[in-house]
Amino acid sequence: MTDGSRKVLIDPLVDNNPVTLQVLGICSALAVTTSLLPALLMCIAMISVTTLATGTISSIRHFIPNNIRIIVQMTIIASFVILVDQILRAYAFETSKQLSVFVGLIITNCIVLGRAEAFAMKNKPGVSMLDGLGNGLGYSLILITVATFRELFGAGSLLGYKILPLVTDGGWYPANGLMLLPPSAFFIIGLLIWAIRSWKPKQVEQSEFQIHEVHRTEVL
Amino acid sequence: MEAYVNLFIKAAFVENLALSFFLGMCTFLAISKRVETAIGLGVAVVVVQVITVPVNYLIFNFMLADGALAWAGLEDIDLSFLGLVSYIGVIAALVQILEMTLDRYFPKLYNALGIFLPLITVNCAILGGTLFMVERQYDFGESVVFGLGSGVGWAIALIGLAGIREKLKYSDVPDGLQGLGITFIIVGLMSLGFMGFSGIQL
Repeated sequence: MTDGSRKVLIDPLVDNNPVTLQVLGICSALAVTTSLLPALLMCIAMISVTTLATGTISSIRHFIPNNIRIIVQMTIIASFVILVDQILRAYAFETSKQLSVFVGLIITNCIVLGRAEAFAMKNKPGVSMLDGLGNGLGYSLILITVATFRELFGAGSLLGYKILPLVTDGGWYPANGLMLLPPSAFFIIGLLIWAIRSWKPKQVEQSEFQIHEVHRTEVL
Repeated sequence: MEAYVNLFIKAAFVENLALSFFLGMCTFLAISKRVETAIGLGVAVVVVQVITVPVNYLIFNFMLADGALAWAGLEDIDLSFLGLVSYIGVIAALVQILEMTLDRYFPKLYNALGIFLPLITVNCAILGGTLFMVERQYDFGESVVFGLGSGVGWAIALIGLAGIREKLKYSDVPDGLQGLGITFIIVGLMSLGFMGFSGIQL
């Protein structure tokens, strides 16, 4: 693997993460993070759709007329989502019930369309698939982190196996009900962004207003 | 009538699309910096949602569902696997038609909505509303009310967030949380607030 293609694959994991830095694709996914298993399945669905869709769009990019390109891209993405949805229904029916409408919502997930528009329309199929794979993995990284926190602290288990014995079953861990409710996902992502940006200060956004004459970091 | 009011309250507050299902998050975070633009986008979403949910209801029940083509003499055909492609096509087409109609007859409103109208096509809240309507098997009246309620709920959340973010300009946020990070924390707190509506039954 050359340096260039490795960069395309690795960059979206932390340095240019689609969720925490580009603010893409948060829409359809957070609701499935209450436990780890549906989150993992969602990640697999998402990775297959981004990889296949960017590859397909890139290989026919010279034949797509410019002014109807969005419709063509949407149709291709929607076809792959239908494919994934049907496969999930056939082989993992119970979990696909839990995912309910969210597999379908991969269509309007901005990561897929964003990568198709920004990368696949300008690059060769091989590199585009790597880019799709990388962005799918970057998205999965966030999703799995959030799901791990929520299931571990909310239900004391991971993938259904007991890790922290709950008080209700005679153990020592009182389950944190908030973790199973929607607000916790927002808090975890917010804190995750804080952690990543403390690690990589380059990603910090400039504030619109300078409140103090000298900013506090400069004093330090 | 009471059932409709109940459904409206539920769709707008208790099961708010943005705050409890995380739908339309991308636009939600991107367009919530100023109250004025937030109101424009909010109105556009309500209008599109009220039209698309019932239209997709008709499409699903008279073309796609199992045996829905009985009126054309084709009882054994089940086209429901084509759902996703049809809904997104309908949404894209409706947004386009709405844009042209507004441009022709209500140029003022058209100019106010501006770029937000075409962007609504890829807003997950719109497709999400349709998918929930199909999954929960609403009837026609319910789908109109659900479309209105969910659109209004999304708009309220968006305008509320924009108001908070405008005030937030003057606060001293830690470097790492600046911008996106603090916005997520605020949305989390708003979501907690909206959860206070759960359990309301009229």
